[in-house]
Amino acid sequence: MQVYIRSAASISPQNTFNSPSFLGELVEYNGTRLNCIEPDYNEAIDPKLIRRMSRIIKMSIASALACLKGALVDNPAAIVTGTAYGCLEDTGTFLTNMVEFDEEPLSPVAFVQSTHNTIGAQIALLLKCNGYNNTFVNGGISFENALIDAAMLLSEGTPNILVGGMDEITDMSYAILTRTGLYRRGPVSNLTLFEPGLKGTIGGEGASFFLLADSHSKDDLACIDAVSTFHKPGNIVEITEQVRSFLSAKAVSSEDIDLVVLGDNGDLKNDKVYAELRKTVFNGIPSISYKNLCGEYPVSTAFALWMSANIIKSNNIPASLNHRGNVKEKIRRVLIYNHYQNIHHSLILLSSC
Amino acid sequence: MEAAVFVAGAGIISGIGNNVPDVLSALENSTTGVDTINYLRTNHRGHLPASEVKLSNDELALLSGFPQSTSRNVMLSMVAAKEAWDNSGIGNIPGLRTGFVSATTIGGMDQTENFFIDFVADHSKGRLRNLIYHECGNVTSAVAEKLGIKNHVSTISTACSSSANAIMYGARLIKHNILDAVLAGGTDALTRFTLNGFNTLLILDEQPCQPFDQNRRGLNLGEGAGYVLLVSERVATALKKDPYCSISGYCNFNDAFHQTASSPEGDGPFGAMSGALKMSGLQPGDIDYINLHGTGTQNNDSSEGAAVKRLFEPHYPKMSSTKSFTGHTLGASAGIEAVFSALAIRGGIVYPNLRLQTPMTELPFVPETTFSRMPGLRNVLSNSFGFGGNCSSLIFSKL
Repeated sequence: MQVYIRSAASISPQNTFNSPSFLGELVEYNGTRLNCIEPDYNEAIDPKLIRRMSRIIKMSIASALACLKGALVDNPAAIVTGTAYGCLEDTGTFLTNMVEFDEEPLSPVAFVQSTHNTIGAQIALLLKCNGYNNTFVNGGISFENALIDAAMLLSEGTPNILVGGMDEITDMSYAILTRTGLYRRGPVSNLTLFEPGLKGTIGGEGASFFLLADSHSKDDLACIDAVSTFHKPGNIVEITEQVRSFLSAKAVSSEDIDLVVLGDNGDLKNDKVYAELRKTVFNGIPSISYKNLCGEYPVSTAFALWMSANIIKSNNIPASLNHRGNVKEKIRRVLIYNHYQNIHHSLILLSSC
Repeated sequence: MEAAVFVAGAGIISGIGNNVPDVLSALENSTTGVDTINYLRTNHRGHLPASEVKLSNDELALLSGFPQSTSRNVMLSMVAAKEAWDNSGIGNIPGLRTGFVSATTIGGMDQTENFFIDFVADHSKGRLRNLIYHECGNVTSAVAEKLGIKNHVSTISTACSSSANAIMYGARLIKHNILDAVLAGGTDALTRFTLNGFNTLLILDEQPCQPFDQNRRGLNLGEGAGYVLLVSERVATALKKDPYCSISGYCNFNDAFHQTASSPEGDGPFGAMSGALKMSGLQPGDIDYINLHGTGTQNNDSSEGAAVKRLFEPHYPKMSSTKSFTGHTLGASAGIEAVFSALAIRGGIVYPNLRLQTPMTELPFVPETTFSRMPGLRNVLSNSFGFGGNCSSLIFSKL
C-alpha cells in the first residue's frame, strides 16, 4: 500500500512557510532556543478566533490550512496529530493560576485549551470535519504513531488524511529543560552545532502538516513506503538489527538508499548512535543531519519529513544543508532515522512517486 | 484485512475495586465508589466528591511494584495492565509481536502539580524528578518496560474518548497484521489539575452524580485504569481460555460543534454509534445493552440521549451509565467500560444506573436501575465522548 504526500507545510525556526526558496539561506541563532518564524496569522485565520488561541494552536492551524490549500483539499476525510507536550502554554497558565490562587475558581479557558487533542479538535471545528480524529502523545514518536495510524486508515478506504506533528517551547519548558541539562550550557550558533563533541543540544519547536492520499497525483511530493518504531533498545547492536530488519522487510538494501536524514543534535552521547550507524548499516550512504535547522524537540521528524519530501520532489539537496558523501544524480529513496533521548527510535522510508 | 480481534484478558482498578473480582462484586451489590475525597490533597476535599481508588500511594507502590515516588498514574496503569495480561494466560509465547497502547489525558500531572508549587515562586526551584512522568508517553513507557513489551508502544489522548481510541488503534494493528497481541485501554489518576479544571467549567456535582436523571447536576470525577488484551484469531486459538468476546465494530466520529459542548441533536454520538453498528453488520435491534457515556452533565446526557433516541427508536436496549459507580475517569473511562462490557457478555449481566430517581422527561426510555441477569446477552455498545468533539463507540460481541 502506497502513501502519497500530496502536500506539506511547515512552520519552523527556518524560512519554511510560504517561502519562495527551499532552505536557500539558513537563519542563524546564537543561543540554545530556536523559536519558530511565525507568519501573519490574520491572513490565514479569522481574527476573532486568533485572540483566544495560544501560539502552538495558531502555528498548527496556519500550517494545517496551508497544507490543505496546497493539496486543493477543502475538508480531509480524517485528521491525525502527534504531539509530545500538547498545549504547554495553556497547561503552564492553568497550573500557575491554580498555585497562585490556591485552587479558587479560575477561568476555564486555559484548562479547556490545555488538552492534548485541542489542535486536532480545533481544526475539525474550523473545517466542520466529522471524520476520524485522533491524537498521539507518545514522546519522541508521537508523529510516527500518527503516520502509522494514517497509513492504516488509507488502506481501510479513507481517501485522504491531514497528519500533523507539533510541539512548542515556552518560557517555562525552556527553563525546565535547561535545568535538566538537555541544552548546551553556553551560547552556541546552530550553524556550528555539529562541530565539536560537546554535551547538550539546542531546543526547537515546530508545526508541520501533510496531506496524505491513497492515490497518485502528478503534484505529489513523495511517497511514504514504511514507518516503524522501536522502544528502548538495549544496545547499538539491537539498534543496528532493527534498522536492518526494517530495510529487509521492505526488500531495500543500503545501495538502494540515496540519502539518510539523521537526528544528530550536537550532544556527544546522543550522537554516538548515529556515528556508529554511519560506520555500519549506513556506511557509504550520503547523509544529512537536520536539527541544526529546527532544534531538538520530540516531533522534529515532522520537520525532517517536510524537508525530505521536498528534497525528493526538487531532486536537490540545498547547499545550506552540508550533506556528507557523494549524492547520486537522482534522489529516489530517502531514509529518516531518529531517536529521542534513546527511548523511542523511528524509521521513515520515502521514495519518489 | 477483516480479521477478527478478540478480547482475551481484562484488568481494572477503580473506585469500586482494585481488580476484576472486586469490581464485579461492587457492581452486583450496587456499591458506589463515589465518596468524600480522601487521598488527593486538595482544598476541595469535603466539598466535591469523587470516586478515588481506595489506596494510598504507598499501598499502590506495593501492589504495582513501582517505587512510592512514582506518579500515581503509572502505578494505576501497571496494576490494571498486569492483571489483563495475566488474566489472559498468554504468558510468554515466543515470537509474539506485542504492543501496549495506553491512553491518558494527564500523564504524571499529579507530580507536576507538586513541582509547580515551588517552581511558580522561583523558576530555579522545584524537584525535577517530579517531572519524569509529565509527558503522557512516559507513563506508558514506564509500564511497557516493566511488562517487557517492546514491539509497539504508543499513547493516545483525545480527552474523555482517549481509551476507546486506544482500543480501536490496538484492534487495527492486529487486523493489519502488524501485531499479534495488544494490551489496550487507558489510565488517569485524580489530580488537582483536572478537579479544578472541571470545577471552573461548573460541571461538577457537589453530591453523588445522577446520570440520566431529570434533575442531574453534573459529574463526579473518578480515577483508575482499565485494559483489555486484544489478540488475533491465531493467538486466541492457542490460548487455553476462551476469549471474553470479539470486537465487532468501532467508529471515531467528530461532532465538530464546540470545543467542550456536544451538539443538542447528538450528531457526534449518533455518528459514532451508527458507524460502529455499520462496521459490525448489526442492526440496532441486535444491541442488548448500551454502556452509556452518561457523565451526569445536562449537556452530555441530553445530547447522548437524543442520539440514542434517533438510532434506536422505538425498541430500546437495556442501558446504564456505570459512571454512577466509578465517577468519570476521563482517559481511563473507555478502558474501564470496555472491561465492564466484556464482563457483561461473559456473565450475561446488566449493570444498574445508580441513583436514578426521575427519568429525563425528554427521553422515551429509562436506564436500568437494578443489577440483572440476561443470559442471552450478545452485543454491547460502549460510548465515549470527549472535549473537542471526539466521539467514539465500540461494539463487543459474544462468540
